[in-house]
Amino acid sequence: MILNAAVDSAIAIAERRIGKPGEQVFAGRPYVMIQRSFLAFKRSAWFVILSGFVEPVFYLASFGYGLSKLVGNMSAAGHPISYAAFIAPGLLATSAMNGAIYDSTWNVFFKMHHGKVYNAMLATSLGPLDVAIGEIGWALLRGFTYAVGFMIVVTPFGLIPSWWGILAIPAAVLIAFGFASVGMGITSYLKDFQQMEWINFFMLPMFLFSGTLYSISAFPRALQLIIEALPLSQAIGLVRDLTLGQVHPGTLWHVLYFVVMIVAGLIFTTRRLQNLFQK
Amino acid sequence: MPANSSEIVIEATNLKKVYGDFVAVNGINFKVTKGESFGLLGPNGAGKSTTMRMISATLTRSEGDLKILGLDPVTKAPQIRAHLGVIPQQDHLDNELTVAENLYIYGRYFGLSRAYLKPKVEELLEFAQLVEKRNEKVEALSGGMKRRLTIARGLINQPEILMLDEPTTGLDPQARHILWDRLFRLKEEGVTLILTTHYMDEAEQLCDRIVVMDNGTIMAEGSPAGLIAEYSSKEVLELRFGSNKNIEAAKALEGYGDRLEILPDRILLYCNDAEAVLEKVNHDGMKPLTSLVRRSSLEDVFLRLTGRTLVE
Repeated sequence: MILNAAVDSAIAIAERRIGKPGEQVFAGRPYVMIQRSFLAFKRSAWFVILSGFVEPVFYLASFGYGLSKLVGNMSAAGHPISYAAFIAPGLLATSAMNGAIYDSTWNVFFKMHHGKVYNAMLATSLGPLDVAIGEIGWALLRGFTYAVGFMIVVTPFGLIPSWWGILAIPAAVLIAFGFASVGMGITSYLKDFQQMEWINFFMLPMFLFSGTLYSISAFPRALQLIIEALPLSQAIGLVRDLTLGQVHPGTLWHVLYFVVMIVAGLIFTTRRLQNLFQK
Repeated sequence: MPANSSEIVIEATNLKKVYGDFVAVNGINFKVTKGESFGLLGPNGAGKSTTMRMISATLTRSEGDLKILGLDPVTKAPQIRAHLGVIPQQDHLDNELTVAENLYIYGRYFGLSRAYLKPKVEELLEFAQLVEKRNEKVEALSGGMKRRLTIARGLINQPEILMLDEPTTGLDPQARHILWDRLFRLKEEGVTLILTTHYMDEAEQLCDRIVVMDNGTIMAEGSPAGLIAEYSSKEVLELRFGSNKNIEAAKALEGYGDRLEILPDRILLYCNDAEAVLEKVNHDGMKPLTSLVRRSSLEDVFLRLTGRTLVE
């Protein structure tokens, strides 16, 4: 076996990382994980994209045009808006959350326990942070695709009244990032399918009570405070501010909430992967 | 590869791994030199896989010292892993990808370029005799093919050290012989092989040097022939008297050889000249159902050192 001298060896590539921050956990190439996901994805699961995109549109059709007859107009910061325009951002935020949670829980769970894909990856010079960022990055790509699709469908119906609404797409990615980075860490604790059900146990009530379909002002103040602390309510707040064009300093708090969630989630997930596969 | 035959590539000093109260590896010492084929033998739970994982820089040690190619896995794990090819006990192949994609993407995990990988994948498909299977999903492969693919995958980064954890467990004889042949070739190319196995014939075939482990410690170390000379006799006489009569017969056989061992189904008599002992057994009126004269093997060393119903 003759090594082509013009091509870098695995050793030379690994040695370049020496002295760089996080050299023990990060090889600087999460993109190879995304490449793997593309290879795996290209012959399966086109319908996953389709279903992820169709889901919020169905919700919107059902509630927005069915329920709006009963509900009439809503008001947001003193301006009347249609019920559909009220729930559209909630559904976009929820779909970003669901996509990210699906990718970072079920998908990760299978690779961890059935395919043992991560065991093989972490026997190479790749680090756990590469794996975490790569898997989360894939979830974000998918989240981005869903968000763009959703916007393309709903904008012609006048459900995105403000130009700020364009920023709902990066906001959806930010939201997905937050959920995916925490979700992957949590998944690493789960051992069987029964435990996976706990995720739904938390997700469904969060969807029902976080102000997706109606304003949380319907609840007593104490309950509102709890709901506002939950990530989905923060996500809906952020997307709704943007699509309705009601951007204010408080909008940035929502952003900060997700930045903190992302950083904490990445640290948590990387530690977990390291404990599971490298200790 | 420039082979400096005395270059030490792995050095373990008082290496220890503790999980809570359980001591998996209890202060072992060994050295492996470049190009050597080094075997870890021992029953299940002896600490072989734990030792392998510590060498592979995917498991941190609890105590002692470990140097792989002069590097400490605690501080240089990714760099060490770039030098290694790891063939785990379960294949851990990527079931969502094809045979060729498995090789390609594994190379990408090391950061290897497409220009390097394209010809390398072809070469390894050839090596693993999987050229016609290149576009098949991994699930469609037989056990032997999966194992060959796993070995080929472990070679994608031109490793200097190949870590093989029970490389042929569960394979049929043909598949084992093909694998042994591939491993021989690598050895000829100067790759250092570290392997664990349950199969004594495999250890005799492949290993220059062996350590026998039990309960996390090293019981013996040496070449296959050296270990046989040290821990066993030249020949072995195997006698069967029928399942319930072996223990009783063993009492009568006391003193016929250097040592005897009672297995569930037969008695092993260790001696220098098994034919002569068999003649004496027959002459003295004992009637074994079957008898077999054979040379001593590594299996006898293993039985003695890891203590299976030992009668001295």
